[in-house]
Amino acid sequence: MFDICELHEPATLEEAKRILGEAPDLKVIAGGTDVLIRMQHGSLQGAGLLSLRSVPGLDEIRLLGDGTISVGAMAPFTRIFQNDLVREQVPILAEAAVSMGGPQVRNMATIGGNICNGAVSADSASTLFALDALLKLETSTDERIIPMGDFYAGPGKVNLRPGELLTAILIPREGYEGMGGHYIKYAMRKAMDIATLGVAAMAKVRENRFADLRIGLGVAAPVPIRCFEAEAFAKGREVTLECIQEIAALAVKPSRARTSWRASKDYREHLIEVLAQRAVAEAVKRGGGCCAD
Amino acid sequence: MLTKNTAGVAVVKKIALTVNGKAYAIEIDIRESLLDVLRDRLQFTGVKQGCSVGECGACTVLIDGTPVNSCIYLASWADGKTITTIEGLAKDGQLTPVQEAFVEEGAIQCGFCTPGVVLSTTAMVQSGRSFTHAEVRRELSGHLCRCTGYQKIVDAAERALREAEAK
Repeated sequence: MFDICELHEPATLEEAKRILGEAPDLKVIAGGTDVLIRMQHGSLQGAGLLSLRSVPGLDEIRLLGDGTISVGAMAPFTRIFQNDLVREQVPILAEAAVSMGGPQVRNMATIGGNICNGAVSADSASTLFALDALLKLETSTDERIIPMGDFYAGPGKVNLRPGELLTAILIPREGYEGMGGHYIKYAMRKAMDIATLGVAAMAKVRENRFADLRIGLGVAAPVPIRCFEAEAFAKGREVTLECIQEIAALAVKPSRARTSWRASKDYREHLIEVLAQRAVAEAVKRGGGCCAD
Repeated sequence: MLTKNTAGVAVVKKIALTVNGKAYAIEIDIRESLLDVLRDRLQFTGVKQGCSVGECGACTVLIDGTPVNSCIYLASWADGKTITTIEGLAKDGQLTPVQEAFVEEGAIQCGFCTPGVVLSTTAMVQSGRSFTHAEVRRELSGHLCRCTGYQKIVDAAERALREAEAK
């Protein structure tokens, strides 16, 4: 049996926010594929849980009037992978979603849970960094929208204020429109594995020049990161193999890779350079249809 | 069974669920997994307990038709749900076409992973979609089999899908 001391299952978002506001120490549980495993391993004991599974509407994926794609925090990875809007507008997110865990895990695990865990290896995180995504955070009295980059505080630590719930991930129009993207997960197994490294690239190419480029890295530092120097270098430059190689070399600079049992620091840095090159090249190819503008 | 924890908070809850076509109204402990309830309370021991952390897939059941690891699914969440375990497939001693395909292909050795793999394959067949070879392998990737090397399991799943499509 799980070491649970109490379980709250609110039926509305308002009720959920109220309960969490009154008892901010409750552990929020979404798909359970991290929280329940931590309980099974004994690293989370005697917890009071606030389950969001019975809150309707938190799993919706929709296009807002201004072109923002809103992905409900409770949307499971399978749903994201199969969603038509995601597949058409932000296929890189579908790519990341299907790389996570295995089918049964993807049927339960949610994108919001994946982000709130603060895991540097989260397959959705580097992709959402590259998409310039925003997070909608709500309490019973307040609401704020912050960039992904401001959310990660350290390994397994996120900037959730007491009583605050992540309700939606917002991908602004400028984050994806007219761009090609590619996510590469590097792991030891093709399924049911945690990333040794994750690279996500979003590229906009106009007249064979980089009009925009964003690169997100997972497991390259204590938190997911963007490669701002490489991105700035790319802007306006002609898309050539040499240019992409230089971008990839610059992508290593903001990294603070470490040695773990999965891979050494040197190996991870090598992966960043090689995979960034591949991810950018593929993103350019996929975004290439828009060159004529 | 305890009805309250040390802080005096209730840990029991009444849930209603359908398992293999039969309705149950039971009282569960909020600390129980669906696996605990299916195996220990309702005696569906075809649901296997393997790793208990959602890695091996032996405890896979279908919840409203979707494969889920019952070891990391709170029993409380099963309220109102329709669940299929391996016991719910064969009717009157007659195996389902998916089960037949596993027999025909010799896709079973020790049998411990079999209930889960058969259920994931059943979900694929019931979806009515067609799957490429790579997609079949991906859909079965949440199951560990330590005997067969997977080839025969994949063969069986593809046979089941092919036969369902031909009908």
